[in-house]
Amino acid sequence: MVDQSTVERLKDLACEARKNILRLCHKGATHIGGDLSMADMMTVLYQYGMKYDPKRPDWEERDRFILSKGHGAGCLYVTLAMAGYFSMDEVLAKYREPGSPFGEHPSSEVPGVEISTGSLGHGLSVSVGLALAARLDGRGNRVFTLMGDGETQEGSVWEAAMAAAHYELGNLVAFVDRNRISLDGETEKLLRLEPYAEKWRAFGWNVVVIDGHDIEQIVAVFDNLPPVDSKKPTVVIGKTVKGKGVASMENDVNWHAGSIDADFLARSCAELDEARRRERGE
Amino acid sequence: MAQETFQFFSLIEKMSAREVYGKKLAEIGKTNDRIVVLTADLMRSNKTGDFMKAHPDRFFNIGIAEQNMMGIAAGLALDGKLPFVSTMATFATMRACEQVRTDICYANLPVRIVATHGGLTTGAGPTHYGQEDLAIMRSLPNMTVIAPGDPNQIGKVVEASIEWEGPMYIRIGRGGEPVVYKEDYTYEIGKSITVREGDHITLIATGSIVFYAVAAAEMLAAEGIRARVIDMHTIKPLDRQAVIKAAKETGAIVTAEDHNIYGGLGSAVAEVLAEEGLACKFRRLGIPDLFAGYGEPEYLYHLYGYDAEGICSAAKALL
Repeated sequence: MVDQSTVERLKDLACEARKNILRLCHKGATHIGGDLSMADMMTVLYQYGMKYDPKRPDWEERDRFILSKGHGAGCLYVTLAMAGYFSMDEVLAKYREPGSPFGEHPSSEVPGVEISTGSLGHGLSVSVGLALAARLDGRGNRVFTLMGDGETQEGSVWEAAMAAAHYELGNLVAFVDRNRISLDGETEKLLRLEPYAEKWRAFGWNVVVIDGHDIEQIVAVFDNLPPVDSKKPTVVIGKTVKGKGVASMENDVNWHAGSIDADFLARSCAELDEARRRERGE
Repeated sequence: MAQETFQFFSLIEKMSAREVYGKKLAEIGKTNDRIVVLTADLMRSNKTGDFMKAHPDRFFNIGIAEQNMMGIAAGLALDGKLPFVSTMATFATMRACEQVRTDICYANLPVRIVATHGGLTTGAGPTHYGQEDLAIMRSLPNMTVIAPGDPNQIGKVVEASIEWEGPMYIRIGRGGEPVVYKEDYTYEIGKSITVREGDHITLIATGSIVFYAVAAAEMLAAEGIRARVIDMHTIKPLDRQAVIKAAKETGAIVTAEDHNIYGGLGSAVAEVLAEEGLACKFRRLGIPDLFAGYGEPEYLYHLYGYDAEGICSAAKALL
């Protein structure tokens, strides 16, 4: 059973992460819709599931994380700041400033970022390489990656999916932020992905489908991961809502990317706080 | 006085750079366990089978999926491995170009891309020719670009690559290219080799064309023209000093390469001449910006004017 105090702590952190994501979006344009849809899975990854030490970013036994959907840089910076790699103030001061390491897509100049990403369809292949290296070295770490669902329209993702199953990489876990919307609209209208879970299953993966905003379900994913030395890679398809948490942004294709003013920021943060209070029964 | 720096073989001895590569990899793989080898369903072509047999756990035949192969190589290198990745030049540099650029070069990872069938060496038609690879790879930051001057030189390049930082693109031919170097010599990445001294003109060649430049110099010598021959095995970083010296001392330069006339060795040499403000007679030889037809390399090199005869007549026309 999932520990309820852990779940409550993670919900608080996810709420704080969303507010930080909005603060960053006020500082400069971010891919705000996707940042908000991936926030719960990212929070549980870094605040519950992953093994790492922000004081030793090069620790050999750390779990590796690759943000394949590099457009989610805003959420990644917030997550890493809340994990202790640097302060949120630093991100807010430097985001999109000339010469800053904190740009629109993640650069490996940022502590905690393993490799620069941004072009879609690359992260799963790199993750396969990392998982193979861990196996070669006999290390017990896992490799996590997070992809956007639209991103998996790229053919290279399926090359990597075949390879992960072929090399029996049970140490590899891929999350998909299945918010069903990419820049131009609905994935199912642009290039149909369904039947999605069946595709991954047919490619030889262990498939877990969850509500990507249900902290308890995300925690359960980590509690029930197959052993590191098992033989099937795992894909976690998190059903999410683009813009999750800010009603006026939810499922709105116009909030793929953009920035918000101070008034919008204040109203949205109040909305998130209020929702969290109601959730707690306060 | 012109003097021969190296004796060279005639067409009598031919070697396959792929064979030399495969054997060298298997050999150094014994003592260096960071080395991993990847291929995309071309093990039998890349000649990496010896490595596979000796070190099966460090050998990955990725299947016909070059983009994925380059990404996996990046991941392996990111975690401390030294990947040697092989496929044909055309697929390494175009099918998987963005992975090479973004996953390998941007991250400055020590991946060694050993691309076979460079230039027109396959004779298998434009789909299999690597006639743009040097230009593409040269434009990627952090990338070192090498085309060994004869089939044996790949062994020296592989050895030198172990301690070299960052990504490398190493382009070899199909095999069956003539041997240039008979004696042993010191090889250094980024430092060209003067194969033959001369003061009337300089022939700068790379890869499989070095042999033809030497042969052209022989033909010129018979007519009293003393041609210097430079094996410019490293296209990037280019040995600028050798170019400057050649321009100043010989006043005429012909470049020759098995590559499109645009963007490769000739362009790199021209950039140096222009930037240094050196007045020098100059001519580039290579594929004249077209999709080359079918044929054996010797036939095509002759057709497009960069075999020994072509280089010789271009040199004479320039003087």
